[in-house]
Amino acid sequence: MQITPLGDTALMLGFGDVIDESVRRRVHVAWQVLQAAPLPAVTELVPAYTTVTLFYDPMMAVQEGAPETGIVEWLTAKVRERLKNPPKTEKSKPRSVEIPICYGGEFGPDLGQVAKHAKLSPEEVIKRHGKADYIVYMIGFAPGFPYLGGLPKELNTPRHAKPRMNVAPGSVGIAGNQTGIYPLGTPGGWNLIGRTPLKLFVPDRDPPVLLCAGDGVRFRTISSEEFAKLEASK
Amino acid sequence: MITVIKPGLLTTVQDLGRPGYQQFGIVVGGALDRISTRVANMILGNDANAAVLEMAQTGPELRFENETVVAWCGADFDARIGNEPMPRDRPVRVGAGETLTFGFARSGLRAWLAVAGGIDVPLVMGSRSTYRRAGIGGHEGRPLLVGDTLAVCAPGERSAHLLGSLRTTGRRVASWTVRPQTLGGTFVEGTMRAMPGPEWDWFTPESQKAFFSAEWRATNEADRMGVRLVGPVLELSQPREMISSAVNTGIVQVPPSGQPIILLPSRQSVGGYPRLAALAAVDVGRFTQLRPGDNVRFQKITLPTAHELHLARERDLALIRMGLGRVMG
Repeated sequence: MQITPLGDTALMLGFGDVIDESVRRRVHVAWQVLQAAPLPAVTELVPAYTTVTLFYDPMMAVQEGAPETGIVEWLTAKVRERLKNPPKTEKSKPRSVEIPICYGGEFGPDLGQVAKHAKLSPEEVIKRHGKADYIVYMIGFAPGFPYLGGLPKELNTPRHAKPRMNVAPGSVGIAGNQTGIYPLGTPGGWNLIGRTPLKLFVPDRDPPVLLCAGDGVRFRTISSEEFAKLEASK
Repeated sequence: MITVIKPGLLTTVQDLGRPGYQQFGIVVGGALDRISTRVANMILGNDANAAVLEMAQTGPELRFENETVVAWCGADFDARIGNEPMPRDRPVRVGAGETLTFGFARSGLRAWLAVAGGIDVPLVMGSRSTYRRAGIGGHEGRPLLVGDTLAVCAPGERSAHLLGSLRTTGRRVASWTVRPQTLGGTFVEGTMRAMPGPEWDWFTPESQKAFFSAEWRATNEADRMGVRLVGPVLELSQPREMISSAVNTGIVQVPPSGQPIILLPSRQSVGGYPRLAALAAVDVGRFTQLRPGDNVRFQKITLPTAHELHLARERDLALIRMGLGRVMG
């Protein structure tokens, strides 16, 4: 594990240089361990693809016993101690979340482009995207935006050079080897292939997001009629 | 209650932000200058986290329906009640039905106005801060508009005492002042202290040197998320793709254009651009006073020095809090 300062109020714990399942698992385990028993002066943990970043309050650290000229060393020792014998596997079985998705048409204006890039028919893209198993590597960009790993290789599509000014909430997109879902109407450069009627960000719910890092995700293909029904019922 | 006669350029309700939700992709946000906000609240005897109004460039015009006491810190705004100019950094009594008008910032860009008790808007995820992009928090999740009315929380004992003593002495403005800029020791105007970031080694030696020696200019590509600077083009030693990871307030990230962006409190939780450097946390508030066209330099300091500055300022704040406790009883 590599520990790097991120300014004077955060430390980044690094677990590898590639995006893959074994690095993801180590990130997740470290995150779980540090969350279960918070370290003194640590105010927030943010997991990403290969890192867990820990935000701390320097004054709180000193009040907890850190030497004033060695706050980072003090915190680093505590982190290493806490993560010395990490569990081999994730503590709890990952949650699996099913996301209904209506592919193509007005919901997926880039389906044709993804199909062309993959040299497949749109129907085949839908089939392959819809039956893969995904895992949430990271939440970021916007509240509840999941970066999903597990996209079938042949569906890799580079993002648009010029982002759209406004992507509709619920839009499912592809960028490189990742797929993701836009929770809010935001600008975005991903290739949009479908849309879910589910809300990914609900501020008054706890947690306020549908998906968290480490969750498993499967898509379920729905018709535009079912989309309308689900949307009306929420 | 406060009625918004004129909203100003960009006035929002903010407190110290919404920490703890970055793991869900939710920004910390909050007042761009936490120290000015804490001091403005401290002057009134409010909780440090009481909600304030953040203003930028042109401030609001506000009518107070009830007599109260207010304080603002930050840029030097032309503030008046009637024709009478009102000073910053100290308690100011506003009578029932009076209008407090903020004009232009004569220097700097932003200020934070605290009101005895704090602005009363619903807590969303533990914070009253406006989160504009998500349309939540603050007043209806957006900047203030003409005709908005804001409720105010009941003032605490200290605020009531302060108001009482101003009223009985017939004073509009208290005789004492607390200047947030003077806390934690000296600094050089126009120079921000910074330290190398996680991807420092990715940059050419020339670019590393240029960052800390060149004069940079703030552009108008600036908002509560970040400020883009122009200056020498910063280059990587070799093309490299970064794997997205967490960012922090004050991080200096360098997109392919080679022109750095300094991240401010409403930054995203993660980013994918190399992080060349990081501003010392104590200088973030000062940095948010830069106007488009202003010049800025960066002075290289070590991480222990950054912590030393941070601790010195927190201790000054604690001393002042104690001193104010005596003033206000």
